[in-house]
Amino acid sequence: MAERLPKLAVHKFASCDGCQLTLLDCEDELLAVAGAIQIANFAEASREIIEGPYDLTLVEGSVSTPHDLERIKEIREESKVLIAIGACATAGGIQALRNARDVEEFTRYVYATPDYIDTLAESTPISDHVKVDLELRGCPISKAQLLETVVAFLNGRNPILPTYSVCMECKRRGNPCVMIAQGVPCLGPVTQAGCGAICPAYNRGCYGCFGPMESPNTTALGDQWMEMGVDSRTVSDAFHFFNNYADAFRKAGDMYADR
Amino acid sequence: MSTTPLLLTRADLDRMIEILSERGYHVVGPTVRKQEHIISYGEISSTDDLPIGIGDEQEAARYRLVERGDGRLFGYVLTDTSPISFLLPSEAVVWSGKKSDNGFETAEMAAPPRLAFIGTRPCELAAVAIQDKVFLGNGHQDPTYAQRRAGTFFVSVDCTEPGGTCFCDSMGTGPGADGGFDIGLIEVLEGDDHYFVARSGSDEGAAVLSEVGGTPADDGRVAKAAAMVEAAAGEMGRTLDTEGLKEILAGSLDDPIWKELAGKCLTCANCTMVCPTCFCAAVENRTNLDATEAERVRRWDSCFNFEFSYIHGGPLRPSAAARYRQWMTHKLSSWVDQFGMLGCVGCGRCITWCPVGIDITANAAAIRARMEEKAHV
Ligand code: SF4
Ligand code: SF4
Ligand code: SF4
Repeated sequence: MAERLPKLAVHKFASCDGCQLTLLDCEDELLAVAGAIQIANFAEASREIIEGPYDLTLVEGSVSTPHDLERIKEIREESKVLIAIGACATAGGIQALRNARDVEEFTRYVYATPDYIDTLAESTPISDHVKVDLELRGCPISKAQLLETVVAFLNGRNPILPTYSVCMECKRRGNPCVMIAQGVPCLGPVTQAGCGAICPAYNRGCYGCFGPMESPNTTALGDQWMEMGVDSRTVSDAFHFFNNYADAFRKAGDMYADR
Repeated sequence: MSTTPLLLTRADLDRMIEILSERGYHVVGPTVRKQEHIISYGEISSTDDLPIGIGDEQEAARYRLVERGDGRLFGYVLTDTSPISFLLPSEAVVWSGKKSDNGFETAEMAAPPRLAFIGTRPCELAAVAIQDKVFLGNGHQDPTYAQRRAGTFFVSVDCTEPGGTCFCDSMGTGPGADGGFDIGLIEVLEGDDHYFVARSGSDEGAAVLSEVGGTPADDGRVAKAAAMVEAAAGEMGRTLDTEGLKEILAGSLDDPIWKELAGKCLTCANCTMVCPTCFCAAVENRTNLDATEAERVRRWDSCFNFEFSYIHGGPLRPSAAARYRQWMTHKLSSWVDQFGMLGCVGCGRCITWCPVGIDITANAAAIRARMEEKAHV
């Protein structure tokens, strides 16, 4: 191939690295990916940094410091296509739980010298600050969705990323519903597909890692959980989890907390 | 086709399973998946694999396995998914190809396995008849369905203990099967007397039965079995009044009642995923990394998803009410215009497996009441 390979950059904000590692976890596919794309700026994979602009940029993590605010703007400027990956980058992450609390108080408790801490009061998704071309949900993101997105990008087509419920994947996989057959509360009906319904396949309820689905009826599900014997505090905590700052889950969590 | 019923024992059923696999069938029947607390269709190799003495209780949004304390092989109500999920798999490759020097080459499709179902319920046979009409009738044959359907063998078992969400009697699809089976069974267990009354419903069914053997059934046992099926008709957990329902629903489309009925709907699509008459699928095109290989895949889709009715600018049915109305009026009204029959066989799966227990029979009755009330003011 004489053509120039598309240049890929991967950046990290406030996050645990799990989503970027999904890219490195594509063991079998990685060689093919590496042959089709130039990994130009990916600290987790290589120390060598090739200068931008980049054709494709993946951003992991939420914006949580004043420095992040500057950096995300610079990254946007040098990226043709910017994709936010994971619950932190798309919804502020678990750390967004602080958004409704007093961050200064937290820092006083946690750090010996809180003066060294320079943080924003809120942890927010990338799309609150710059234009995002695509979001990959999940905590962590799905390897299959990441590969699908890269393949679609390389071939100039739209990736197939459904926005319907986890239940769709659950049934396609042949799982009997854990809510109904075992009385196990599950967030699948209000959560976006993408994980392949892993948890119900192992007799666990869905934890909502992929955030709200396209038309989440959080009250109908929360009320059903309560009918199954779950207390409102637990319902609230379930919504206030990895995607606690995603609109539908934040509101539902707040509502059940007040019941 | 034999009209004289035969009497079979459990050992005869084992023989039948053997004969079917000798004839090249993958034999599928109800099996207990212990970890998942469910009786589901899976491959079986003898009657030992059947849910011996295990039953199920079904209610809206509730399913529980129960120990029956007897030796019945088919003493459960209904599996979670139906044979339709084998005939219309959740994902089927309909085309695949590779780039070649002069264009592309189409790959040969592997023939699907031939399946023999043991324990098919009458409502499931009725669902197969509906899908036959959809996929094989109207002058067009759908190859994905046709290929799988052509090799299918059904050993049905009539229902003698319907469940809490069953209403096949209302839909005229059960509890006994009139046809659609290759071999039709009724299981009877009275004290130590455990037997199956068997009839054949096709030439191949007759051939298999004659290989199995068995003994001619005595009138007393035949009558006993028939009476049990007849009594089951009166023990349905649910009923649905179909009288004039098509017109009632067609006239209800703008009624605010749909908003009430769908208030709890999660738009999760479970009802459509478990329904044996739902047939909608989405077609996805996939490529490998460098686009040298491509495949076209058909996957289960649902009218509860936005994308299903997405046209330029957005989905045609954005509200839950519109999506629920589409689903229910299709089953019980517009299906008649489309296929000349109702699109519901009364299996009750959508009621059992709806996470919030939305009930098609209760809602049909509510709409009937509302429309009748309107007509009288
Ligand atoms: S187990 Fe959860 S994801 Fe699966 S069908 Fe039930 S509610 Fe939906
Ligand atoms: S609509 Fe419900 S009761 Fe009717 S066939 Fe479908 S799943 Fe069964
Ligand atoms: S009727 Fe029940 S199963 Fe169907 S989409 Fe609504 S909530 Fe889900």
